[in-house]
Amino acid sequence: MLSNTGNFLLFINIFLSFLIIYNSFKCLKIKNNLIFKNIYQISLLQSTLILICFFTLTSAFIVSDFSLITVYQNSHSLKPLFYKISGTWGNHEGSLLLWVIILTIFSFLFLIYNKNHPKNYRLHTLIIQNLLILGFLLFIIFNSNPFSSINPIPKEGLGLNPILQDPALAIHPPLLYIGFVGSSIYFSAAMASMISNYSGSLFAQSIKSWVLISWIFQTLGILVGSIWAYYELGWGGFWFWDPVENASLLPWFAMTALLHSLLVLEKRNTLYFWTIILCLMTFTLSVTGTFLVRSGILNSVHTFANDPSRGIYILVFLSLMIFASIYFLFSKYKPTNDLINSNSKETFVLINNWFMMFYLITVLLGTLYPIFTDAISDNKISVGPPFYNSVIIPVVIAFLFFMAIGPQAKWIKNKFSNLRSILLILSGAIIINFAIVYFLKSYSLISNLILISSLFLIMSSIFDFFKQSKLSFPRIVSHLSFGFLILFIGLNHNFSVEKDFNLKLGEAKKIDDYEFALLDLKLSQENNYKAVVGKLEVNNSNTMKRRVLYPEIRIYDNPQTLTYEASIQTNFLGDHYLTMSNIDRSEYYNIKFQHKPLMIWIWISVLLLSFGGFLSLFKNAKNN
Amino acid sequence: MRFKILLIIFFLSLNINLYSNELVEESKIHKNLRCLVCQGQSIADSNSDFALTLKMVVKDLIDQGKTEAEIYSFLSDKYGDWILYKPKINQGNLLLWGLPYLALIIGGVIIVFLIRKSSKKA
Amino acid sequence: MQKIIKSIIVFLFIFVLLVFYNSLDRETNYSTDYLVGNKLEKINLKSFDDDKIYTSEDFKKSRYTLINFWASWCAPCRIEHPYLMQLSKEKNLKILGVNFKDKKINASKFLNELGNPYYYMTKDTTGKQSVNFGIYGIPESILINNETIVLKKFVGPLNEQNFNDIKEIINSL
Repeated sequence: MLSNTGNFLLFINIFLSFLIIYNSFKCLKIKNNLIFKNIYQISLLQSTLILICFFTLTSAFIVSDFSLITVYQNSHSLKPLFYKISGTWGNHEGSLLLWVIILTIFSFLFLIYNKNHPKNYRLHTLIIQNLLILGFLLFIIFNSNPFSSINPIPKEGLGLNPILQDPALAIHPPLLYIGFVGSSIYFSAAMASMISNYSGSLFAQSIKSWVLISWIFQTLGILVGSIWAYYELGWGGFWFWDPVENASLLPWFAMTALLHSLLVLEKRNTLYFWTIILCLMTFTLSVTGTFLVRSGILNSVHTFANDPSRGIYILVFLSLMIFASIYFLFSKYKPTNDLINSNSKETFVLINNWFMMFYLITVLLGTLYPIFTDAISDNKISVGPPFYNSVIIPVVIAFLFFMAIGPQAKWIKNKFSNLRSILLILSGAIIINFAIVYFLKSYSLISNLILISSLFLIMSSIFDFFKQSKLSFPRIVSHLSFGFLILFIGLNHNFSVEKDFNLKLGEAKKIDDYEFALLDLKLSQENNYKAVVGKLEVNNSNTMKRRVLYPEIRIYDNPQTLTYEASIQTNFLGDHYLTMSNIDRSEYYNIKFQHKPLMIWIWISVLLLSFGGFLSLFKNAKNN
Repeated sequence: MRFKILLIIFFLSLNINLYSNELVEESKIHKNLRCLVCQGQSIADSNSDFALTLKMVVKDLIDQGKTEAEIYSFLSDKYGDWILYKPKINQGNLLLWGLPYLALIIGGVIIVFLIRKSSKKA
Repeated sequence: MQKIIKSIIVFLFIFVLLVFYNSLDRETNYSTDYLVGNKLEKINLKSFDDDKIYTSEDFKKSRYTLINFWASWCAPCRIEHPYLMQLSKEKNLKILGVNFKDKKINASKFLNELGNPYYYMTKDTTGKQSVNFGIYGIPESILINNETIVLKKFVGPLNEQNFNDIKEIINSL
């Protein structure tokens, strides 16, 4: 029953998309500046129906309707209700439906919230957005239909991978999708802007809020994903430069660059084509990321079930997008007089874009390079954290300095009268760094520079806060929190303590300042898993602190999986992180203990970063 | 004068630990080695049979006085470059290592070019 | 000039998309097949029963040697065992068994139960020696000639196909 309802709704949605495109073309032929009422109505209906379609799938998950293949493969009747619901988008088919929802709702909202912009531009945006919607709806129906039924109906589902049964991972995909699928709307708008010759600051205004929204959600999505990786994967890291993580970071770089260049377009009416390229690039990178993740051509920790036929479909879609973008860019491009003065804000926005493109190219190259070497020379190589760290980190230092100086510059032209204050702040940063190094032992050259530059950014942002008007508050918050983010990552990285050793029950071990003892192992039977819970005592002879941590080894039933749950004690100074894992054919357990200073502040910094975006969105809404 | 003092403080704060980096760091090596039987993990992050064995071998090699580079080349002889998370800087990986910096330079040139062009017109 | 830049951009995208397409049905699992043709050096294996050490010298006598890594706790090893038993009857081939991270009692029990195909019996209790052979999971087998050059590598249990391949190689000429 649910299968038929779902399929029916999908087909209706395809029909509605065609109807919108048809009506939009009809409307374009009429001279006045009014959009047909029925376009609004169909758009609203389209959004409503796709939501109902999604709820149909959710209810299939809630009632465990195993006549649907997707539900059978990804759910289990004994799973907690919360994970049954989040299971809706925890798989390939369901998540595509979420894609279409975001495409559709953004399309509708863009239509109704831009009434003061010309008809041609709005209608073209709508047409292109609906072409994207159609593309994904067809993909769903022909290749990845969540409503495909199975016969005979299985009695029980296969269950959801236990490491995905987690609150952070339940909200991670929706956040991330709002971020990078949301970027579709300014892809469409950019195309429409070229087609309808609607350029300049008015165009910038029409997409600014959308860029901000997608940026905020992308940031939050990445944050939640990192937090999940931190406590669930059990390695104590939060960013692994894994291809799938990179896929979410690439659009973020493009969005951040876009966010800044939009300011120039809005205020000074230059850099139009560059802004268009960034708009197109953001969504193209999102689809590329989806292609890489879903087609399974990457070797990653976060594997989705892969299937090459999906890959082909997304690849065709991606190619069409790319070549359409290139076609319009080439045919509409005319050299413009972009007047850029040195020491003006435009220059620093350009510098931001410059660095963002560097990060983007590095990460893109690192992600794709193994695929290329394999395809061309059969040589398999790995590109991992040491590569990214050694290429990117030195450049971040310069970036932070520019980021601190940039906002001090005025629009159009500015003289460096504030060189003295900059030097003052710099010396302050160096002295603080010196103090940190002096009191907390030593570390390498590059870490010194990272700390100095991030402190420099933090301090100049704080000075800015007192000097500049309230209007720049959102920017100050974001820049300040980015400075904090890098500072905390730097400190965390340098002062982390890591101990890796083997213990058996009742044994104690002393390593440097720490003494560890495995006091107890308890078996516990939970609702959907069994667990071996260790009781580990950790004594720090330096601080004379004693703590007890309870790491777990869990054995899930459906599907049968072994997971290692870290035991984490968090406070404002740092996390104590401990994982225990069994060693095959041995009575010993491998213990990994880590002290990660200032961990929570990394999360808070990112939260604050996105909050800055939020403030900016708020300011933008008030102005318009 | 003040600038000079600044410079001195600056270099003081940098030079503190330059000498101790010669030690071969075991955990750094572990993080650079891919666990071949895992999904995208380094052997530092895994305690599969393979990772445990490799950790022992790395320890032996360090004890034998091998340098970091020698350890990497020993292991990539046995398992291929796939095992190294930091690709070697060689001909095949020239683009990988070079292109980011090339892009950085080109970007800088473009910006300088734009500013120059504008200042001529103004 | 503009035309050249435009066509370079277009070709770049076509190239990237083609590589993507080409990679779709590639095997993402890793294999150490490229070791084929390499010479195995510094072979240093302890005998299973006594203190004898086997080195490359020992393998010059036989035209072909199949080095097989196995353990009693490894389930797939039981699957490939019949093939090894059959191969042990071949004249041109000697099988070198490396008992991997195993207990001697269990290993002997395994062989008593299923038969012993090994001409040489060695052990690698820590697993360190296997790294020299580029082994990352067992069972794995390496076919070498009398110059200790790798002719073929088999990751995972030997199957019918592998069995025939080995027979073909050793009986050619």
